[in-house]
Amino acid sequence: MTLLEFARGPALQVSLAVFIAGVLWRFLGALLLPWRLIPAEPRQGAPSPAVAALKGIIVKMWPLAPFQKAGLFTFLNGYIFHLGLAIVVLLFAPHILFIDGLIGLDWPGLPNNIVAMVGVVTAVSLVAALAHRLTSPVLRLISRPDDYASWALTFLPVASGLLASAHLGARYETLLALHVLSVCAFLVWFPFGRLMHAFLFAFSRGMTGIRMGQRGAAI
Amino acid sequence: MTAKTTASGVSYDAQGEMSEADRREAAMRGFVGEFGALAAAHMESCVRCGMCAHACHFYVATGNPEYTPINKLRPFEQAYHRHAGPFAPLYRLLGLAPRVTIQELEEWERLIFDACTLCGRCTLACPMGIDIAELIKEARHGLFKAGLIPDRLQLMDRTARAWGSPATPAEDFADIVREIGEANGVPMNVDLEKAEYLVTVAPAELTDHPKAVADAAKILNKIGASWTYHSEGFEASNIGFLNGDLELQRTMTRRLIDTAAKIGAHTLILPECGHAYGAARWEAARWYGGKLPVRIIHMSEFLQEVVNDRKVKLKPIGQSVSFHDPCQLVRRGGVTKAPRDVLERLGCELKELENHGTLAWCCGGGGGVVSNTRADPIRYKAFEIKRREVEAAGAERLVTACGQCRITLTLGAKHFKWDKKVESLLELVADNLVD
Repeated sequence: MTLLEFARGPALQVSLAVFIAGVLWRFLGALLLPWRLIPAEPRQGAPSPAVAALKGIIVKMWPLAPFQKAGLFTFLNGYIFHLGLAIVVLLFAPHILFIDGLIGLDWPGLPNNIVAMVGVVTAVSLVAALAHRLTSPVLRLISRPDDYASWALTFLPVASGLLASAHLGARYETLLALHVLSVCAFLVWFPFGRLMHAFLFAFSRGMTGIRMGQRGAAI
Repeated sequence: MTAKTTASGVSYDAQGEMSEADRREAAMRGFVGEFGALAAAHMESCVRCGMCAHACHFYVATGNPEYTPINKLRPFEQAYHRHAGPFAPLYRLLGLAPRVTIQELEEWERLIFDACTLCGRCTLACPMGIDIAELIKEARHGLFKAGLIPDRLQLMDRTARAWGSPATPAEDFADIVREIGEANGVPMNVDLEKAEYLVTVAPAELTDHPKAVADAAKILNKIGASWTYHSEGFEASNIGFLNGDLELQRTMTRRLIDTAAKIGAHTLILPECGHAYGAARWEAARWYGGKLPVRIIHMSEFLQEVVNDRKVKLKPIGQSVSFHDPCQLVRRGGVTKAPRDVLERLGCELKELENHGTLAWCCGGGGGVVSNTRADPIRYKAFEIKRREVEAAGAERLVTACGQCRITLTLGAKHFKWDKKVESLLELVADNLVD
């Protein structure tokens, strides 16, 4: 078995299994804890819990006016690498082919050179995020090893993917195997670390939306 | 009670005779008792972006990263991952969730009690919607159980437990109210067996602002309401809510609700106090165990009803006013329009502060901070933010609807020799009633 066969075969299968089981476990472990909702009488005219939750999820997509200056880099850069990751993962033709092989679904992609450019921008954006974390006294204080591990395991697939698509640094098959292995590491880490925010953010925003909505307060 | 200093030089207070291990275990039990699905979803979602720092008056005023709101939750978060999170056993096994040490708890007492007013501005700033203020309130429950709260707050707690109020023994309440009535020439109703409105007070109104007690009565008398103050349920500023003393919070809440039910009141009027509103309006149902038998409104909502229904006539003031929004009333409580409606009916030209309404800066004294003299230095620094905004707005008068905000801002003004009087919305209405 070659390294590439190992990466595409058992490594990917195991990491996907860990990813799915871990995500489900973390979801259930957090959300099956007691729900201590206080049955206070909602303010007259308060939105329904569903509307309040949805409002919470949407409103938090951009900072309120007083926080825009301080949060401009955090939000803009955050959007750049999140959208970049989404484009690279979902709209790169070889990725679509790979996903098609796994689950039988495909969709149109973007030209490879466009995706490569997006990949470079994403990598630069991730490096900027790390630099920001390392140079801000606030972020240095509140960051945990998890934050750096999550950063590294997000950056590696992007960097290895760029090297593989550019055929730089080693044989293509080796680069591709390393790229797939880095994705495996990302998947295995995902449920255990900060990356889980990708799923849990909606619950956090939604719950605060409900709490504040009931009170007729802003979120 | 003893004031101590940690090895790293951080001063803290400790109450009770407990070994360090027992103290730590008590805190952990207190923390773990709070870990429900809401707290879990919040703690699982933080991406360590630091946005909350820019919303906190203590961080903005001092530049000290320790005051970053999410940092104030560190022991609480550690306890969650070690004892309650989905991977707690795995994290413990691999040493990824370190045990919270007694030193950390002692050091964090200062961050959780001195450097947080529970104002919730950080909640507004958090892109993940983490209700940091609520989590810090929950973290206080653990520190209270561990006997690690500021002595000044503990003193108020003990007094409230013994007397039913941190200001006065319940048996003296009726006499105090009658004396205030006599001093202000206002007929008082106390301990009536039946009344439609149960009117409550804040401790500051029995000490610093007694005129407010008379002014509420003056307005209720003017509209011909059936109302009473009551010795069995008068204290609305729930010290348990601030200190993390859930038992006291429950007791004080039940006193108000049970008294209202006993006298057949349809409405319980809370005083000009922000935390009273948070504790009673939004949390009383937790302690009552279901739908309340009485409507709970803040004094500014009552004033809004009175002026909007044209039950009283007001003399127009004709001056410009800036309104300081009490955090628990406005940002955390949703009462933004009521005080502004009242000011409009008073004929005031409203000159809003740069950050107003939901986005207003805290006075710096909420959450028990103004009573905790250890926090004075950072409270005064935070006050400067508000002072700058008030001066920039340039209004002739500064009004608020919370006695604690009023005391905090008045103390700040005195400290900086700032010639600005902080006025009460209630007193403004009472002083301008047309006979």
